[in-house]
Amino acid sequence: MKRLSRKDLLDLESVGADEIRLILDQAAAFREVALRPVKKVPALRGRTVINLFFEPSTRTATSFHLAAQRLSADVLDIKVMDSSVKKGETLLDTVAAFEAMDLSVLIMRTAHAGSPALVAGRSKASIVNAGDGMHEHPTQGLLDLFTLQRHFGRLDGLNVAVVGDVLHSRVARSDVWGLLKMGASVRLCGPSTLCPQALKSVWPGAPVTVTHDLREALEGADAVQVLRIQLERLQRFLFPSTREYSRHYALTSERLALAKPGCLVMHPGPMNRGLEISSGVADGPQSAISTQIANGVAVRMAVLYLLAGNDAEAA
Amino acid sequence: MNEDWLIVGARLIDPAAGVDGVCPVLLRGGKVEAVGEEALRQGSAARRVAAEGLWLLPGLVDMHVHLREPGQEGKESIASGTRAAAAGGVTTVVAMPNTTPATDSVAIVELVRAKARAEGVVHVLPAAAVTKGRQGAELSEIGELARSGVVVFTDDGDGVANAELLRRALEYGSMFHVLIVEHCEDKALSNDGVMHEGTHSLRLGLRGWPSAAEAAMAARDIVLAEATGGRIHFAHLSSRQSLDLVRSAKARGLSVSAETAPHFFALNDGWLAGHPYDTDGKMNPPLGSEDDRLAVVEALKDGTLDCIATDHAPHGSLDKAVEFDKAAFGILGLETSLALTLDRLVHPGHISAARAVELLSSRPAQLLGLEGVKGTLAKGADADLCLVDPGQDWTVDPEQFHSKSRNTPFKGMGLKGRVKRTMVAGRWVYEDGKGILA
Repeated sequence: MKRLSRKDLLDLESVGADEIRLILDQAAAFREVALRPVKKVPALRGRTVINLFFEPSTRTATSFHLAAQRLSADVLDIKVMDSSVKKGETLLDTVAAFEAMDLSVLIMRTAHAGSPALVAGRSKASIVNAGDGMHEHPTQGLLDLFTLQRHFGRLDGLNVAVVGDVLHSRVARSDVWGLLKMGASVRLCGPSTLCPQALKSVWPGAPVTVTHDLREALEGADAVQVLRIQLERLQRFLFPSTREYSRHYALTSERLALAKPGCLVMHPGPMNRGLEISSGVADGPQSAISTQIANGVAVRMAVLYLLAGNDAEAA
Repeated sequence: MNEDWLIVGARLIDPAAGVDGVCPVLLRGGKVEAVGEEALRQGSAARRVAAEGLWLLPGLVDMHVHLREPGQEGKESIASGTRAAAAGGVTTVVAMPNTTPATDSVAIVELVRAKARAEGVVHVLPAAAVTKGRQGAELSEIGELARSGVVVFTDDGDGVANAELLRRALEYGSMFHVLIVEHCEDKALSNDGVMHEGTHSLRLGLRGWPSAAEAAMAARDIVLAEATGGRIHFAHLSSRQSLDLVRSAKARGLSVSAETAPHFFALNDGWLAGHPYDTDGKMNPPLGSEDDRLAVVEALKDGTLDCIATDHAPHGSLDKAVEFDKAAFGILGLETSLALTLDRLVHPGHISAARAVELLSSRPAQLLGLEGVKGTLAKGADADLCLVDPGQDWTVDPEQFHSKSRNTPFKGMGLKGRVKRTMVAGRWVYEDGKGILA
């Protein structure tokens, strides 16, 4: 059977279109598992998967946990409070201790860009980045691709707007890399402090535009990914108030009407209703937000399976 | 008693004395006794060093070195740091005062001097903090420190954030002819940044450090230097904006000088794209853009920059084998600075060998008030020197370093130009292949 030839999934920047297709195809197969009465396959039986989360997370941690469980892995969730990292142990020592207990996959969520890469270079286990600082969140990128592909039947040629705090968003980076590799075009939109023009230089020559005008970003868009606004940004002088942010950038029904009819609305969660997205849109007919969550489990199953699964025990 | 040494056959490059050519030099009693024909006449009984094909330079004077002692001897010590200096052809180092405790009193200055005499192999000139404890709140006792021989005052590691305090330091320090060395960083602008703000920081998701953080403080400091007539020297300048400010300040005749570090002419922030999250690429200020790097080369050529100083900043793996955000700022410099200068500036033709010696030796010696004593091999100068093979290819191997630390982005890099021998005060302290002799 086909398998990812890489040890780790740290980003989508370095993942090729063929690999993405392989993951999305496998995710489609696993999506069916979720419909069975017994939602389990033996693909990771006997393997140990550790969920190491240094940042609070409910949906991503749960999604990875369920994915590993449905693959019959032994799963352990470690939150930063419980770990010895707070006692002054270095990250590498913590991971070395796990590895001594025969770890197969380490799923990491951290506030520090590059930490999963640091660990990957020193560990025999497969490292899956579940979000590292402002860098990438590759499984979120993949589940967004999966959601778009299932909805539109293709990714090639789609126009996708990503709106909000692009500067600080690991989701945005993974989305852009993934969309570009699959032939889509991207409009990045937000205030100049949170979505600087310089972002274009990250993807030179690629179909990526940067605009500070939400109408421009939405016009003709097939889909829009709305990013979460973090209130800490106010302390860094990045925008004046939540009120002003909403006035310019909240996705409301009136604004959504500027996009293509049937424009798909996505949000990686958790949402600030009324700030970056109105409840009418979040709960409306064009919203794929709960589909994203459901797809997340299948995509993460695919990633874990393709990185670390036992041969001949596919779904 | 020192032996007499006669060095023959080498190309003597001594811009302070206006010499560049094959020329014998006689060292006696820790001083340069004679140069040229006179050296041959007087040196018939001296031991000879045949140095054909080598360059003979006044020992390098590095204005910016973190020896880490007292307080952080796990990273470096006066003993190990001065050995690293000797291996790099550096015979005089200015020891930065961000020690633990900070070097802000004559007692600690004397401790550093005593340690250097007992355990060091090159000259150590301790710098003192501008403010007590480097806290940026009260002036340190600049007068008493200056009387004890301290020339350089700096809170390096941090800039002096309070403009009035810097103004007073410049005014007060001018009575004692001291040099205020400023680390330019407006912390409101650097704002927890860990690398240069630009394409690569955006791509890697690392918090960006705008070059304006350096330039904004440099601009303020130039205004204060102009207002007070005080002497200010800018440490480790890295950006085009800052260099443009210094160039125009010099054109107006202000008493401003500036250094850069070898990594700012040898590397740019693209190094981190090629070595993602490698903490050996993390320093303060951060590696700039390619445009900044080109501006540094230009400023070294046109005299905007006075000297090359390493900002030798040793850190162990506890501080470097960690997340990029958490890693300490700084890299080693002493054992690669001359080679980088030759490989990246002299051999490609950006600057002459004589200009390299000005930048690495004679100009910093002048800034430290050591004109005629150091930074030259004229008769009567100190017998501090190095012999260099300008054409020798070698590969940087941090495991071979004399420093206690290994943090260098130049690991594995091939360089042309190697220090063969170093003499301090008339005694050979280093020889390539043999190591430290002292």
